[in-house]
Amino acid sequence: MRLALRLPRRREIVCQQAVELVTDYLEGALSRSARRRFEAHLAGCPHCTEYLAQMRETISLAGRVTPGDLSPRAQDDLIDLYRRWISEQQ
Amino acid sequence: MESDADLIRQMRAGDERAFVSLVERYNDSMLRLAASFVPSRAVAEEVVQDTWLAVLRGAAAFEGRSSLRTWMFRILVNRARTTGSREQRSIPVADAGPAVDASRFGPDGRWASPPEHWIEEAEERMAAGRLAGRIRSAIGDLPDRQRQVVTLRDVEGMSSEEVCEVLAISEANQRVLLHRGRSRLRQVFETDFRGAP
Ligand SMILES: [Zn+2]
Repeated sequence: MRLALRLPRRREIVCQQAVELVTDYLEGALSRSARRRFEAHLAGCPHCTEYLAQMRETISLAGRVTPGDLSPRAQDDLIDLYRRWISEQQ
Repeated sequence: MESDADLIRQMRAGDERAFVSLVERYNDSMLRLAASFVPSRAVAEEVVQDTWLAVLRGAAAFEGRSSLRTWMFRILVNRARTTGSREQRSIPVADAGPAVDASRFGPDGRWASPPEHWIEEAEERMAAGRLAGRIRSAIGDLPDRQRQVVTLRDVEGMSSEEVCEVLAISEANQRVLLHRGRSRLRQVFETDFRGAP
C-alpha cells in the first residue's frame, strides 16, 4: 500500500486549472471530489492560495462600491415623475 | 435601514421621502445596468425613468410576489432589452477565455509568473477613499454580459438565483460570466496596485 501512495495521484490539478475552478469553488458548485482536489492543491501551493485570497478581495471590493450621487437634475426629474404619478392617483 | 417593503408602502401612500430613499438605494445600479444594454448614457437614463414610472404604476399589483429589487431590475432589463440595440450591434466578446493569461504559466501548468501582492495596497486606498471610482470604472470596462452579472452579484449583492431571474440566463451561464468578470477585475487590480509604494 505504501507503494501506491508514492505513485502520482490520479488527476492531480495544476495551477492553470486551479484558477479556473475558483468561482465554482466559491459558489459551492464543485463536486465533492473536485473540491477535495482543489483544496489539496491549495494546501501545497502558496501562489494559488494567494490567488484565491485575491479573488475574495476582488468580490469584497466590488461589494463596497457605494452608489454614485444622483445629479440634482436627475433627482428633480424623478421627483417630478413622482408628483405627476401622485396627482394621477387623485 | 428601512426595508424595501416599508418604503414601497410609504411611497404608495404619498410619502415623497420614501420614494427618494428608493431612488437613492437603486438608481445608480439601475443606471449602470441599463447602460450595458443601450447605446448611450442618455438612453440609459430614459430607460431608468421609464422603469421608475412602471414601478410606481405597478406597485399596487406587486406586493411581495418576489423581492422588490428582483422585480424592479426585471422591469429594467426588459425595457433595456427592447430599447437597446447594443447587444446586436456590439462585437461579440469572448466570454470564455482563460481566467489568467496562459503566458503566466510554465509548460507544466504551474505559475511561472505568480500573482503579485496587491491586497494591502488596495485596502489602504479603499480606507483613504481613493478606490471606489477606480473599481466602478473597472467594472464599467468589462464586456457587457460580464458587467451585468458582476454588477448584480457583487455590487448589488444579489444571489445567483436572483441574477438568473433578472437577466433570464441559466445558472451555468451566470457562473461562467461571473468567473470571467471577476477574473478580469482581479487582473486589473493586480496591474494597478502591484508593488505600489
Ligand atoms: Zn497552484
